[in-house]
Amino acid sequence: MSTTPMAPEPAEDCGCNDLFGRTLAEQRLTLARGDTQTLQLNLGFLCDLACRHCHLEAGPQRREVMSRETMAEVIAFAKRVPFAVIDITGGAPELVPGLDHLLRSLAPLTGKLMLRSNLTAIAEEGRQALLEVCITHKVAIVASFPSLNAGQANAQRGGGVFERSLETLRRLNALGYGLPGSGLELDLVASPAGAFLPAGQAQAEKRFKRELADKWGIIFNQLYTFANVPLGRFRAWLEKSENFDSYLGSLREAFNPCTVDGLMCRQLVSVAWDGTLYDCDFNLAAGIPLGGERKHVSQLQQRPEAGTPIATGEHCFACTAGSGFT
Amino acid sequence: MDPYYDPKDLSRFADIAKDAPDLGKKFFEYYGQVFAEGELTAREKALIALAVAHTVQCPYCIEAYTKASLEQGSNLGEMTEALHVVTAIRGGASLVHGMQMRKLAEKLSL
Repeated sequence: MSTTPMAPEPAEDCGCNDLFGRTLAEQRLTLARGDTQTLQLNLGFLCDLACRHCHLEAGPQRREVMSRETMAEVIAFAKRVPFAVIDITGGAPELVPGLDHLLRSLAPLTGKLMLRSNLTAIAEEGRQALLEVCITHKVAIVASFPSLNAGQANAQRGGGVFERSLETLRRLNALGYGLPGSGLELDLVASPAGAFLPAGQAQAEKRFKRELADKWGIIFNQLYTFANVPLGRFRAWLEKSENFDSYLGSLREAFNPCTVDGLMCRQLVSVAWDGTLYDCDFNLAAGIPLGGERKHVSQLQQRPEAGTPIATGEHCFACTAGSGFT
Repeated sequence: MDPYYDPKDLSRFADIAKDAPDLGKKFFEYYGQVFAEGELTAREKALIALAVAHTVQCPYCIEAYTKASLEQGSNLGEMTEALHVVTAIRGGASLVHGMQMRKLAEKLSL
């Protein structure tokens, strides 16, 4: 457990230089690493979309992608240190050369291999072979699907993305994804189309399941609802639209101390496209490396030690709002 | 003179309990329970509250339940339709009273 009680201490004496750290101190909580069982790989910032809420400012103009050499170092690390879950994200990882080899190499090394998809890059011409690798190795697909409303979804992700996403979901269902007993998991991720907090996950999942099935004949396994993180392109929009202070205020007001134990950063190590290690994808976006200094995946001989403090910033409020981001 | 409505007052709503704490406590407990998930979902309740907020023309409530409706997953189309529901009822309530007018006028007229 990371949320060890500490002696009562005034916030101004906690030594924290960020609001989130001060809030933890006020609640007598600490945020430290637990048993690191998830390896997250961010293959880079290249993406076919330029979503307005993207904390990484990913887009078609970005050129930072994981090289085959770094992929080999990641595979070697996963052989040295087994992880229960390996979670591949981006950008759009589907656009990174060598993804199919990476999936084939990592699948036997972990209990669960996940691929995050924006539902457009995976449907481009020439991706059939990649889909076959995913099916063969039972790769779980975790797809962005922010809203059941085309206007909201397209405002966040770009014109026509909602309709293309529906087509891809139908195609994934036709391949067996999301179908009971297929062993092919299809999960959706919904994040708000604006400067407001997400709906409760359980109720939203019921509604998404009902409406996607009734209106479009689509089924999926689980829905995750996440708050948008005030970094990157989303932060720039918050500032430009003069929503930043009120949004951060909403996140702070919704701080739920019960979420701290289950935060994903406690059990995850994130490897960036260039091999640098981070506590999570948001610290990657914020440029705060694991342990406070840049370290390469090839230098890591074992999983990060339990009890190691996790670097925080004001963006961390997005993961502790309401029921949290786990 | 300061405006009668100050947006900052919304976040100070709980202060209303200061000089009548028992009543304040009961009201806020009741309020919290009303908006909890029940036979109606939290999303449906937020849409009802949004529509009523426009009927009673409460700017605090409009702000609170616009945000709550979006947070519960509603979209602007649904929110606008909810306003038309209360507009129809409000307008209909005026018009249906026309039956009183008609009855009286018919009684008084040759």
